[in-house]
Amino acid sequence: MASITQTAVPASSLASEGMPLKIRLARAQARNRRRAFLLVLPLLLFVTLTFVLPIGQMLQRSLYHDGFSAAAPSLGQWFSENPEDIRPDEAGFAALAADLRYMKEQNLAGAAGTRINYNVPGSRSLFTSAARKADDLEAPYRDAILGLDQKWDDPRIWVAMREASSPWTSDFYLTALDIQRGADGTLERVDEHSRVYLALYGKTFLLSGVITVICLVLAFPIAHLLATLPMGKANLLMILVLLPFWTSLLVRTTSWIVLLQGQGVLNSLLVSAGIIGEDGRLALINNQTGTIIVMVHILLPFMVLPIYSVMRVIPPAYARAARSLGATSWTTFRRIYAPQTLPGIGAGVLLVFILAVGYYITPALVGGADGQLFSNQIQFHMTRSNWSQAAALAAMLLAGVLVLYWLYDRLIGIDKLKLG
Amino acid sequence: MAHDTGEYVAFRNVQKSYDGETLVVKDLNLSISQGEFLTMLGPSGSGKTTSLMMLAGFETATNGQILLDGRPINQVPPHKRGIGMVFQNYALFPHMTVGENLAFPLEVRGMGKDERETRIKRALDMVQMGSFAARRPAQLSGGQQQRIALARALVFDPKLVLMDEPLGALDKQLREHMQFEIKHLHDSLGITVVYVTHDQGEALTMSDRVAVFNDGRIQQLAPPADLYERPGNSFVAQFIGENNKLPGIVEELRDDRALIRLATGELIDATAVNIHKKGEKTMVSIRPERVEINTEMMPENAHLLDAEVREIIYMGDILRARMRVAGSEDFVVKLRNSIGQRRLNPGEKIRIGWHPQDARALDAV
Ligand SMILES: Nc1ncnc2c1ncn2[C@@H]1O[C@H](COP(=O)(O)OP(=O)(O)OP(=O)(O)O)[C@@H](O)[C@H]1O
Ligand SMILES: [Mg+2]
Repeated sequence: MASITQTAVPASSLASEGMPLKIRLARAQARNRRRAFLLVLPLLLFVTLTFVLPIGQMLQRSLYHDGFSAAAPSLGQWFSENPEDIRPDEAGFAALAADLRYMKEQNLAGAAGTRINYNVPGSRSLFTSAARKADDLEAPYRDAILGLDQKWDDPRIWVAMREASSPWTSDFYLTALDIQRGADGTLERVDEHSRVYLALYGKTFLLSGVITVICLVLAFPIAHLLATLPMGKANLLMILVLLPFWTSLLVRTTSWIVLLQGQGVLNSLLVSAGIIGEDGRLALINNQTGTIIVMVHILLPFMVLPIYSVMRVIPPAYARAARSLGATSWTTFRRIYAPQTLPGIGAGVLLVFILAVGYYITPALVGGADGQLFSNQIQFHMTRSNWSQAAALAAMLLAGVLVLYWLYDRLIGIDKLKLG
Repeated sequence: MAHDTGEYVAFRNVQKSYDGETLVVKDLNLSISQGEFLTMLGPSGSGKTTSLMMLAGFETATNGQILLDGRPINQVPPHKRGIGMVFQNYALFPHMTVGENLAFPLEVRGMGKDERETRIKRALDMVQMGSFAARRPAQLSGGQQQRIALARALVFDPKLVLMDEPLGALDKQLREHMQFEIKHLHDSLGITVVYVTHDQGEALTMSDRVAVFNDGRIQQLAPPADLYERPGNSFVAQFIGENNKLPGIVEELRDDRALIRLATGELIDATAVNIHKKGEKTMVSIRPERVEINTEMMPENAHLLDAEVREIIYMGDILRARMRVAGSEDFVVKLRNSIGQRRLNPGEKIRIGWHPQDARALDAV
């Protein structure tokens, strides 16, 4: 029996022209693959140009800044010749003086000062004013430079210059993690009152989580109604759900301000209904509450649609079967209906959460002081042209989202996702 | 088969309307005894599923009463009725394995794990699917899914099982096989089955009794043989099996013997079924295999009709002859393909007749 099958296999895998079947199959498939690749090539180029390149560029910028290193070649030399934690000697100050002259010539003092200023706030003017007088400097340079400004003796300046003398740096990530280089060059956390980023990072993810949960709680019944109502009514409801998409973000946000502000419609209604007192008007906007309310409104459709698209195709027979098998309506919902909506819930949650994490217009408009999110910091640094810091913050946000995405994949499975 | 242990399920004057305008079930009266296999048969839209859903509790009766084991159940929610149900598309829960599907009705009844395992195993073995417990429904063929659906409906030992066209999605061969298996399970478990189909072959082969539905009413409720041989009205005669119909007027009516004058003037003998007086319009129904072409085989002084053979279709075991009789072009006669059989040719003119009990004078439609 076995011998028959053994001899039969090679015989049948030889094609009529004598070429093994496997090779012919591989050739045929290679042709198909080439054709398929050509078809997706334009898309691939598009994605590369518009997505992969910018993100790569962003990641590079978050680690690269040559504002100082390009302006200070002599110091770069001196730093590399002298190992860490050496106090600047005369040769060091001589290199500084040479670089200050170079900065004046090349008009680079501003850029170099800005780079050091990121690490030691208030040090930009140190460079610009020193460079202005660079031509008057004479040996001994240490005394000459300290004569210009005693701040040049500050070890933090020298630590910062040493770090900045290489264009590749982790400084921006350190800043993003609320960490700085101390006077002796070691890493330490910044003062309690100036820690910004980590807390905001946490808050952004927390608020996004809250917004996502509220969206889910609101979207589930809406989606269920949409899936079960008769056609005409479902269409009307669908229009109401989609309405936010059809109006400008600014219009929507402004109308929320009208509704929620202290003297706004909602508060006035509550006051006139006697539910709250005139002096007890609720602060619903220009704070965290405002951010949550308005973002829930804006992101709700992204939760409703995937859940609806899954619910719509769940045949009513499943629920009936469960009831006939003895399940109460609650058990039927919990064990039969809800699990089948999971792919939609997963898609909606992921979509809303990721959008929420990256949102900045709405928090900027209605968030007040405590309703700001991480993206607002990114935007802040972008307006100040601190691209590297903005890129580092954005990369952190990206990393956070990727981690969550990975967790989601581990826990629920990305293949279970159903977007529509 | 434990018949006649009284009335187990009863519909009393049940009506159902979905829209408040038309009744899709009109005055349904039906009693089903324990252990019976009752089939609801009828054309599409005749109210079979609706009736079944009212019994299962998924639709509420607009009017009338439904009793289960003597207890009115109109107000009992579906999950408390303890009725097993097999759906047309099986409705196996896609996110659960076969084993979990079967465990579900046992879990909601609070049954312990050991007991569950033994019951699941027994139910799966019963449908010869013992080794499939770990599969998902999507990994099963249609016939296998159908077996699992059956096992799930039976695993919690319901006394009554409802099936709504459970074999509708299967091909003919598998369907016939499953018919046999369902029938076998019914016999061995002693359960009561209410079965919905619009396949009359299925209804005739499986059922103890068949309720023929049309237009929201039961047209006839009878064992399969009666349904075929003694249809109670012209709808049933027309719906079940092949049927020749000859319209006419009652000429003479004595007890259950009637003499009918056909539209073309000839007289024929018939058994009166639902005609009541002379001069009434009627439709005489004769099964094609009951038509006699050998005049010497007919009773004496039976009325004969002229017939002209139009077409002979060879079908192996039988020959199907289409004839022109009393103005009708498609009068069908089935002849056994046996050695002594007289052979007919198209164009041949012959005389045909039948035993009066085989021609049934029914209501005119
Ligand atoms: N949910 C519903 N709402 C309104 N009308 C319905 C509903 N379900 C059924 N009907 C109507 O009730 C009538 C009977 O339907 P039912 O489903 O009982 O027919 P059926 O005998 O099962 O037919 P089929 O053999 O096609 O399944 C049909 O005219 C149908 O249109
Ligand atoms: Mg039906």
